[in-house]
Amino acid sequence: MNGESRAERRRRLLVVAVPYLWLALFFLAPFLIVLKLSFAEVVLARPPFTPLIELLDEAGNLYLQVRLNIGNYLLLFSDDLYLRSYLNSLRIALVSTAITLAIGYPMAYAMARAPERARALLLMLVILPFWTSFLIRVYAWIGILKNEGLLNAALTGIGLIDEPLVILNTDWGVYIGIVYSYLPFMVLPLYASLEKMDLTLLEAAADLGSPPWKSFWSVTVPLSLPGILAGCLLVFIPAMGEFVIPDLLGGSETVMIGKTLWAEFFNNRDWPLASAIAVILLLLLVVPIVLFQRQQAARGSEFGK
Amino acid sequence: MSQTSPQPRLRLEPWNDPAAVPYIRLTDVGKSFGGQTAVDRVSLDIYKGEFFSLLGPSGCGKTTLLRMLAGFEQPDSGRIEIDGADMSAVPPYRRPVNMMFQSYALFPHMSVAQNIAFGLKQDRIRKQEIATRVEEMLALVRMEGLGGRRPHQLSGGQRQRVALARALVKRPKLLLLDEPLAALDKRLREHTQFELVSIQERLGITFVIVTHDQEEAMTVSTRMAVMDQGRIRQLGVPAEVYEFPASRFVAEFVGDVNIFEGRVVRSERDGTLIHAPAAGTHVFIDRGHDVAEGAACAVAFRPEKLGLALEPPAERAVNVIEGTVFDIGYLGDMSIYHVKAASGAMVRVALANRLRLVERPITWEDRVWISWAPGAGVVLLS
Repeated sequence: MNGESRAERRRRLLVVAVPYLWLALFFLAPFLIVLKLSFAEVVLARPPFTPLIELLDEAGNLYLQVRLNIGNYLLLFSDDLYLRSYLNSLRIALVSTAITLAIGYPMAYAMARAPERARALLLMLVILPFWTSFLIRVYAWIGILKNEGLLNAALTGIGLIDEPLVILNTDWGVYIGIVYSYLPFMVLPLYASLEKMDLTLLEAAADLGSPPWKSFWSVTVPLSLPGILAGCLLVFIPAMGEFVIPDLLGGSETVMIGKTLWAEFFNNRDWPLASAIAVILLLLLVVPIVLFQRQQAARGSEFGK
Repeated sequence: MSQTSPQPRLRLEPWNDPAAVPYIRLTDVGKSFGGQTAVDRVSLDIYKGEFFSLLGPSGCGKTTLLRMLAGFEQPDSGRIEIDGADMSAVPPYRRPVNMMFQSYALFPHMSVAQNIAFGLKQDRIRKQEIATRVEEMLALVRMEGLGGRRPHQLSGGQRQRVALARALVKRPKLLLLDEPLAALDKRLREHTQFELVSIQERLGITFVIVTHDQEEAMTVSTRMAVMDQGRIRQLGVPAEVYEFPASRFVAEFVGDVNIFEGRVVRSERDGTLIHAPAAGTHVFIDRGHDVAEGAACAVAFRPEKLGLALEPPAERAVNVIEGTVFDIGYLGDMSIYHVKAASGAMVRVALANRLRLVERPITWEDRVWISWAPGAGVVLLS
């Protein structure tokens, strides 16, 4: 861009500045506040934590005191409640993501190969649950899953079981809740990548001697990899920090980091410790995001514009 | 690769040999999509080693015919045989046929070498042999050293070569080419046409190509079928189709032509005389046609078969049109003269520019006489 005038450059800068400003204001600033909080100590006061930087006046000498309390972080690694919460969240998030992918891929595939007229309707049906509050939908699952709920009534009604299945307040309830709630986030990116696929590639594969099921693994799946990755991240990341679903559908046995964080913040009023938990969680989630970004960048150069 | 020495092209005329067995045999093949007839009961024999063209305007059914040979479409009626085997129950991945797609359909997530190796891998061939054959193919299409590239890193011409290599590497009995050169620019396309012919002759594989470009069809093929509305309108060697078009459609689709309506005046065994009022003249053709005297017909002339002079020819009774030069298109190698006949018709005459022209001997508004030999015209009955 040699012929670009100064005014043009300024205008471009202005356009680029808006999203950065947004991120700085609503993402970076809150994060910095949480980071600052995580190095404070609990006090019975309002606000319930010590300041990080203090101006001290000792015998006429002025001191600028910076107190960093790393005790919160040390506690996270010494008390195994937190470690268990993180690992449990990781396990539940990974398993739910895998189940969501297993259910979402065939769904997205069927949608992408449906007649063009039907696609808009199918897409609408996937998005439809968003029209109701997430909280209400999770509450509804209590009514379905509880011992005398719809599911058990139906199963005993047709004589499949005598004793009601205990699903509510177990890990099973959490899996069902997460898979149900996040399925659209898996289906939509998968659908987008499957729908734009060039179907002549499958004809070419068949022409070269590859039967349909083999072409699926050698052509369709590799080409939908960006969609698989995007869908998995969109499910995995929120599932990792999920609070509502384990609180409503999980039992007291189900410890997830979101629940632990909530308990520290509201029940124990230990804002600094809760902040430390949040910071570590963020670091854990940044790793897969960075990996995804790098993979996307590599793909971008691979497929051209 | 075939080790037989290449035969001279002109000798390969199995269609004139009654004992020859066709390699590909289509019998009454029909196909329609939602009530629209795409292919209308086509019967066609193609012989081993041919470079056969299906030529026609878009929507004439040529691509559907090709896709039925590949197995992507099932014929509604009729039978397709390749090398004596009925193909109706054979899915595309089991046919001894490979196709080169118009869009090339290269796998974007694989390198050039992986693309070429894809077909061989399906046959569980040893890694060592796959590597050798991929190298062989890269050499054949002059892409040595580019095996590691991804399709998006190649130019259009290179992609076309990879697609050709990928389709040839399995040594198919039949190679189908769907508008293989449509995406290339004119110069590269002409060059590649000759290269395709030379590869085809070296490998001895039967090629069937679909194209809408009549020059391309005439350049590459042993025989061509001109299609329209799902039917084959004419089948023959390129020169035959060009010089003796069977119908008005073929005459107009293949090459440039002047057509005049007329009426048969005299029909004899070795000559036909036609009165063409639109041209304002009588036309004599030195061949007999199976037409009744007085029947309506049309005569067609290729522009390059007409002569142009400033003086009237000695014999002025037949095969002469008098007119004035209305427009001249200078193409470098030749000039196209648009002559307005006294009857009002416009006649196109193509003259080769043999000498370097500074001043045209014939120019705008000149009074001219168009004349031609008795063998130049063709009688069209449909």
